Amino acid sequence: MTGRAATAPLPAAAPARRPLFGKRTIIPGFGITFGGSLLWLCLIVLLPLSAIFLRAAGLGWEHFVAIGFSARAMAAYRLSFGAALAAAAINAVFGLLIAWMLVRYDFPGRRLIGALVDLPFALPTAVAGIALTALYSPNGWVGALLAPLGIKVAFTPAGVVVALLFIGLPFVVRSVEPVLADLGRDVEEAAATLGASRAQTFRRVILPAILPALITGFALAFARGVGEYGSVIFIAGNMPYRSEIAPLLIVTQLEQYDYAGATAIATVMLVAAFAMLLVINVIQAWNRRRSETA
Amino acid sequence: MTNSPLTESRGARWALLTVGIVFLALFLLLPLVAVFAEALGQGLGTYLDAIAEPDALAAIRLTLLVAAISVPLNVVFGIAAAWSITKFDFPGKSLVISLIDLPFSVSPVVAGLIYVLLFGAQGWWGEWLAAHDVQIIFAVPGIVLATIFVTFPFVARELIPLMAEQGRDDEEAALSLGASGWQTFRRVTLPNIRWGLLYGVLLCNARAMGEFGAVSVVSGHIRGKTNTMPLHVEILYNEYNFAAAFAVASLLALLALVTLVLKSVLEWRYDYQGKGNGH
Repeated sequence: MTGRAATAPLPAAAPARRPLFGKRTIIPGFGITFGGSLLWLCLIVLLPLSAIFLRAAGLGWEHFVAIGFSARAMAAYRLSFGAALAAAAINAVFGLLIAWMLVRYDFPGRRLIGALVDLPFALPTAVAGIALTALYSPNGWVGALLAPLGIKVAFTPAGVVVALLFIGLPFVVRSVEPVLADLGRDVEEAAATLGASRAQTFRRVILPAILPALITGFALAFARGVGEYGSVIFIAGNMPYRSEIAPLLIVTQLEQYDYAGATAIATVMLVAAFAMLLVINVIQAWNRRRSETA
Repeated sequence: MTNSPLTESRGARWALLTVGIVFLALFLLLPLVAVFAEALGQGLGTYLDAIAEPDALAAIRLTLLVAAISVPLNVVFGIAAAWSITKFDFPGKSLVISLIDLPFSVSPVVAGLIYVLLFGAQGWWGEWLAAHDVQIIFAVPGIVLATIFVTFPFVARELIPLMAEQGRDDEEAALSLGASGWQTFRRVTLPNIRWGLLYGVLLCNARAMGEFGAVSVVSGHIRGKTNTMPLHVEILYNEYNFAAAFAVASLLALLALVTLVLKSVLEWRYDYQGKGNGH
């Protein structure tokens, strides 16, 4: 990085060879690549995103609060954020376990399982949604086993958590795996030599070292879960106030041509997403600092 | 041997492995198996009919078209952005990188909505567009735009760390030996980054073909016209035509499997490891 404080990007046409840009370079093409990609970024991402904030500002504060924080919207946020939190927490535990298994144990099919972990990145969310619904509905393979126990998963808030477990798992595994692989065994040996049990070594030596990566994975899974739509809507049941997620509420408002309502809810979601992005960046900076000092 | 302080006991290892594998089976493997089981449950004839039906074929064509437009655009953007970010020094670089990653943190539904607010009938430019008979929302251009938005960071975020690690020495050597900028890029940079580029394209394509939320908001779900494969799956499913829905879904699942296989091949054979948390 530049080591300088982040300021607004310079005008695209600025010549590349001015000392302002640090070391002189003979590499050509700064103007066209930087200008071109910045223009594209503005056209596709920044301009449309700012449109939604301007639209929301046009609603006026009281109107915005009335529709952005209505009882139905609040119920939807509670479900979206609560289910994402629950799924990310469960994924943090099992993702760590799976990363551990992939890094430390040798067992037949390890590579296959390693590849399978990325399935949620590759499988379209709608396909995941209908497949999970088929499995966890009362007459599905798994749902039929749970039904006699009185456990209903599909078409309840628990179904939302199941869909977000699917979506979020690789974020945790892929965040923790490289850190775990780089972890030197010597500290573990030292701990063991000094008389620590395996559980103590894990809790006092290994866990602190991988904690930043684990929190990063948790935060990424949580952030993705809050906005997730495709995999959730099939399994959720979509009952207002009960099993309706916030992104679905936006779609419902749009279908009723309630643009103001959709805009207000989307603005709340965007602000939450940006806040989470900020937190993730802070965690990752902390993560980097720790791995540099380690 | 039972409580060796450097590894877990045999029993603990077995327990951990079993729990991990059961979790993976319940939440990853079984859904994948279920897609194919449900798709073929009514027999091969029903399966083939569902795929060969005109609306399904139209959806397949549209999905391929959208990917064929949005993936190359993201490749050009990704290379240009990575070139300017890694080959030059300028202030505010980390801000630009964060802005490129921004679409990852936006809900797909919101991604669709922003284009509706710009180009829809009620949108900023809606009247102007209607007056000039240009349709973006509920038409193919809107689907392409929404797809570009959600796949925006894929190629750039693979290339930026890779090219930053490779530095500028190779390019500077080629240039001082008299190669033109374009020659340097084609003969020096491109061979250096090809596996990373391929990796980014692979993930970008998978997301482009499978995107649901963003596309669903802008498409209008017009059968045979603005229905992509994931949207077609949804329509069939909501009509309780489960066998057909899963038949089309199984094509998308096959695409996912091919993506995973190619990705693993790239990682194993060329020792190319994607940057971990690759959305």
